[in-house]
Amino acid sequence: MDLDFSAAENAFRAEARAWLTAHVPATPLPSLETEEGFAAHREWERTLFAARWSVVSWPGEYGGRGASILRWLIFEEEYYAAGAPGRVSQNGINLLAPTLFEHGTDEQRARVLPSMARGDVVWAQAWSEPESGSDLASLRSTAERTEGGWLLTGQKTWSSRAAFADRAFGLFRSDPATGRPHQGLTYLMFPLDADGVTVRPIGRLDGKPAFAELFLDDVFVPDEDVIGAPGQGWRVAMSTAGNERGLTLRSPGRFTAATERLTALWREKADPSDTALRDRVADAVIGARAYRLFAYAGASRIAAGGSIGAESSLNKVFWSELDIALHETALDLLGPYGELSDEATEAPVHGSWAEGHTFSLAGPIYAGTNEIQRDIIAERLLGLPKGRR
Amino acid sequence: MRFLLDDGQREFARSLDGTLTAADTPGAARAWAAGDTAPGRALWARLAEVGVQALAVPERHEGLGPLPLELAVAFVELGRHAVPGPLVETVAAAAFLDRLDRLDGLGHAGAAAEWLPRIAGGKALLSLCVPATSGPYALDPDAADAVLVVDGDTVRLAATTGPLQPSADPVRRLARPLGGTVLARGPAVAVAASHAAEVAALATAAQSLGLGRALLDRTVGYVGQRTQFGVAIGSFQAVKHRLADTLIALEFAQPLLHSAALALAAGADHASAEIAAAKVTAGEAAYTAARTALQLHGAVGYTEELDLALWIRKARPLRDAWGTPAACRALVLAG
Repeated sequence: MDLDFSAAENAFRAEARAWLTAHVPATPLPSLETEEGFAAHREWERTLFAARWSVVSWPGEYGGRGASILRWLIFEEEYYAAGAPGRVSQNGINLLAPTLFEHGTDEQRARVLPSMARGDVVWAQAWSEPESGSDLASLRSTAERTEGGWLLTGQKTWSSRAAFADRAFGLFRSDPATGRPHQGLTYLMFPLDADGVTVRPIGRLDGKPAFAELFLDDVFVPDEDVIGAPGQGWRVAMSTAGNERGLTLRSPGRFTAATERLTALWREKADPSDTALRDRVADAVIGARAYRLFAYAGASRIAAGGSIGAESSLNKVFWSELDIALHETALDLLGPYGELSDEATEAPVHGSWAEGHTFSLAGPIYAGTNEIQRDIIAERLLGLPKGRR
Repeated sequence: MRFLLDDGQREFARSLDGTLTAADTPGAARAWAAGDTAPGRALWARLAEVGVQALAVPERHEGLGPLPLELAVAFVELGRHAVPGPLVETVAAAAFLDRLDRLDGLGHAGAAAEWLPRIAGGKALLSLCVPATSGPYALDPDAADAVLVVDGDTVRLAATTGPLQPSADPVRRLARPLGGTVLARGPAVAVAASHAAEVAALATAAQSLGLGRALLDRTVGYVGQRTQFGVAIGSFQAVKHRLADTLIALEFAQPLLHSAALALAAGADHASAEIAAAKVTAGEAAYTAARTALQLHGAVGYTEELDLALWIRKARPLRDAWGTPAACRALVLAG
């Protein structure tokens, strides 16, 4: 057992660090949750892609470097340590791409992945519906068979950045006659500017307009944009659902970097006699370290031929609670400056934490609520009987 | 990087688990609490046969160590089975004597040669008291063959102990070490004591983790069988979520423990901060597991008859032994 990086891994880290040092914008980009910021972040995706840093874990033919999970973790550590911009393509890269790698056709991969990696096509997810949140399989939007494809009708909601994105992917009920919620669903990709699509932005708790609901009225989707077999959409979607809450969406590097900022803030601002605050800073440091080591253990398990299944639910609950706790601690350290938003000219030099705090509050909700995650942990990892939710 | 226990380490844990499962450790713990240490000493001898104590003793004194990672693996199993006695203190005393010996701090006293082979062979139990870290009491001094007391740069072999101070965990027998003769004096004593305290904190963290795992396993078993309102109570979300949170706490403590053991083995500067992080996290996780176990067992969990009490009552003392949570958190930020 060891925690040592090989010479090649250290060289990879050095290469990433050097590139990021030279290319990360000196002044932060405008928020990626705004129209202006979205465009700026799309440009950043192109810059990343040109140097083959946008999708390091993908095969080279699609613009990646075929990096192992461990190298991906190394890249992410360097990425967040460098203070690099948020990833506008994250839904496509973390949710759709793994599904295409597992269930897509060669034609679909060749058509969809390179433009995703370049940021030319930014993807939004279309899972939730007004009446279907945690109980996703109760969804009602339909895909009706037509000549050469499908006609989509219904309403999707809570679609992050769909207000600015180009295309979306989601589940639709293609065979209502099965009478079983998890059957008769089909996984489809569709353009957000197609005839019959109406996108209505919804302001979020943090004031950003990037959420949207989608109204679909006989939107035509060709057969080539069905992923997996029609009717098998639930299995297709769930086989990679772990990717969103597992090792991918919230990389340890993010929390390591946030904790270092928090520790610096504490060293500068804190009253040394306030041991209650000191303990919370220590807990954030410990939590970020535990999360990072847990990821290394997971990467080692995969490298040894194992796999990560329901264990990804442990990650989801842990990081989402850690994220809130460390932001709350930062706000308390800042006292009267804690509420200043990113736009406030007097926001502290350490960077504003208020918007991060608001966003952290969404963590236990998205990517599968923590209530659902705890059910998964209890039923699949501890073997407890299923019951009413 | 391969941040996973290897096959040998896993097999060692499995075999210890098997040995202890067959050994009626709850019976030994109850006897220990009543002052009959014979079953506990017999258990300790069995552990020596599979090499547990030898992991803290160097080869030149008939040991296999020091091997902090394997020691941590072993102490998870000792915690899982609620083995009684000054387990942590004995291996910490071994680490102390070994380090002092290497620093030539023992002069010609020969204490290392006298005690280390006996510790490795399971023939000696030692208690160790470092008042600055572990508080004023020695654990199980009446059962120990020797009690070492470190005060600053002086270590003495206690002559006797004050009256027994019963613990909330009756299996832990506490008393103040009194009097005795000076074994060694000098700066090396303080250095060795600080190393011993790190070994003790690591072993306690491991013991806590195993304790928490056992509490979780037993409680999962119980809620799967206990029915109310016509169904297993384990099908209720309030019950499931509490158990899920307990599993999360334990799962994220484990990599901290392994990383701390690696840091100690490498003699890394950051070992002290890493051990502190593992100690506070495993201690809190085990206490969470104890609260969960008690709550979900209900009234029967609040009885002495159920062996579960042996695990529940140990969680809180271990959380505070060899470094309180506050002391550990301070060390994390200092390192």
